Amino acid sequence: MTDAPTASARTTRPSTSGAAGTLSRGRLLVWLGGTTAALLASVVVTVAIGPAGLTPSDVAHVVATRLGLGDLLGIGAPDTLADGIVWQLRMPRVLTAAAVGAGLAVCGVVMQSLTRNPLADPYLLGLSSGASFGAACVLVLGWTAVLPVAAFVGSTAALVTTLALASASGRGAGGLSPARTVLAGLAVSQLAAAATSFVIFWSAKGDQYREILSWLLGSVAGATWTSVAVTAGAVLVLGTLLASTGSVLDAFTFGDTSAAALGVPVARVRWGLLLVVALLTGALVSQSGAIGFVGLILPHAVRLLVGARHRALLPLSMLCGATFLMWADTLARTVFAPRELPVGIVTAAIGAPVFALLLWKGRARS
Amino acid sequence: MTQVSDQARLEAGPRSTVAEPSAGRTSGAGLAAERVRWSVAGRLILDDVDVTAPPGAVTGLLGPNGTGKSTLLRLVAGVQRPDGGRVSLAGTASPDPVGAPGPSGAAREDLLAMPRRRRARTVAFVEQDAATELPVTVLDAVLLGRTPHRSLLAGPSEDDHTIARAALERVGALGLADREVTTLSGGERQRVHMARALAQAPRVLLLDEPTNHLDVAAQLATMRLVRELAREGVTVLAALHDLSLAAATCDHAVVLAPGASGHVVAAGPVEQVLVPEVIDPVYGVRTTVLRHPRTGRPVLTFEER
Repeated sequence: MTDAPTASARTTRPSTSGAAGTLSRGRLLVWLGGTTAALLASVVVTVAIGPAGLTPSDVAHVVATRLGLGDLLGIGAPDTLADGIVWQLRMPRVLTAAAVGAGLAVCGVVMQSLTRNPLADPYLLGLSSGASFGAACVLVLGWTAVLPVAAFVGSTAALVTTLALASASGRGAGGLSPARTVLAGLAVSQLAAAATSFVIFWSAKGDQYREILSWLLGSVAGATWTSVAVTAGAVLVLGTLLASTGSVLDAFTFGDTSAAALGVPVARVRWGLLLVVALLTGALVSQSGAIGFVGLILPHAVRLLVGARHRALLPLSMLCGATFLMWADTLARTVFAPRELPVGIVTAAIGAPVFALLLWKGRARS
Repeated sequence: MTQVSDQARLEAGPRSTVAEPSAGRTSGAGLAAERVRWSVAGRLILDDVDVTAPPGAVTGLLGPNGTGKSTLLRLVAGVQRPDGGRVSLAGTASPDPVGAPGPSGAAREDLLAMPRRRRARTVAFVEQDAATELPVTVLDAVLLGRTPHRSLLAGPSEDDHTIARAALERVGALGLADREVTTLSGGERQRVHMARALAQAPRVLLLDEPTNHLDVAAQLATMRLVRELAREGVTVLAALHDLSLAAATCDHAVVLAPGASGHVVAAGPVEQVLVPEVIDPVYGVRTTVLRHPRTGRPVLTFEER
């Protein structure tokens, strides 16, 4: 790189508007409105897709009746079969997928910004491996009822271990550095993965293999209204909290030092946000397993569309993540119907090529 | 320029009533770090260091590698906490008299005790080689400087945009406003960082090797801007590598050296500090001081001993 001569620097060129990365308030509102509309439309359409031959208007009918709008709109009671399929089977699944997608995407943005690592995702600190270990244990024991609890406990234990390891190794050397935290997370991930493999190898039999594998790859096939309550509740509370930290995350653009010089309490913010990310990810993973690539790819894709400013990036990532995972799950249950794929296979199959494309485009740009 | 208050504050010139503007060792005016101590992993990096920077002047922080220049700047900026010592700033003429005058009587503010965000409105820090891989535009990068001036829940206001653009114009980089920072050259990036610091509307500007990796024209442009800011009343403390550049552009100099008791070998006006008696033992060289035929400022040349 060579330095441009500064002698002519005083002459200012007229600024070109609309370059990548700048998003005016009006355009941001358009984006937010558009992605919200896409999300709502996707809910109705993806619920309708499937072997029962429902139409989006059937879905709207059931939803309107269930929400108590039937009398108001003057429509009759929907078909019982349609009601059962829409309200008991598909709606919980689609909404869980939406909540998980939204949560993973926003966690991914926060993790990538906090660690200044473009490869960071919500599972970076060993959360998914810990959850998987907890889940594998109870699946082998046959206690499927406590699976979400075991997964949450596993992910929390992994997080605590990672942070303890990172701060112990960081003592006296300037405290907890992002690099050290990531490395500690890697160690914990590998250890938990080894433990999971051992449990499967040692004691799983027959169908348990498939059950555990499906969980390891991530799936929302078994979602109930309880899953919706857990995931959507976590996303509404913790996800919204994360989405409001745009200005703080922006201040980390040039690293910790510059954030501190801008008046941000760096250590407190980092620990606080890591904790919120961990809780949210733990809640999501407990219901859906470790669905990969959403938290890694979505932030990059949205950044490419609207730039790196977090005030736009965070809410848009949530909306796009929700829509993306709904469609990925719809593919997972329809491509090889009546056989179902774990949605993690679909997100990886879409995510890996997209990621390669992003890398290639990034190289072309710089 | 614009009529915005912060910008006006930037350009308002010296506001403190400084009794001895040319004195190098005054502890009563400008920025003062007193008996600052800092160690890492049991190794003492700064040992009771006293450094003062008079207001409205450029003070060069000099010394060989590893003498703690960067560390000292980080401590003054509040990025790190010193193990001991005091950092204070005189002449509180800010329109918002939140901080009561310290116990020392005179209106000295304790920078270390100041709330973070208020300190960030008082002191701006341009670190060395700050980079990002994110696709942020130059204007957004400069708007970061407004962070301590607004609520963290609010986005940048119209005023913030006006101030950021004025800062970019000031450093001659308004034409870069919509470029991505990652596509800039080293010199352009340095100007953007300066603009970000200006957008903070600080009373103290801390620069860590601001001319590193810059070509000669960019170095001179940077130092000219720094001198202009100083003339308008900003207290500038800049860690510099290049002794000749320091001699040509600084008003005052502080030389740090490893092992010296108190760390500070010499402090005062450049003509008195940048002399062979000070430099030779610190750097292990033989220095000859010449006069610049046109500016009359000292020019330093070096030989091995």
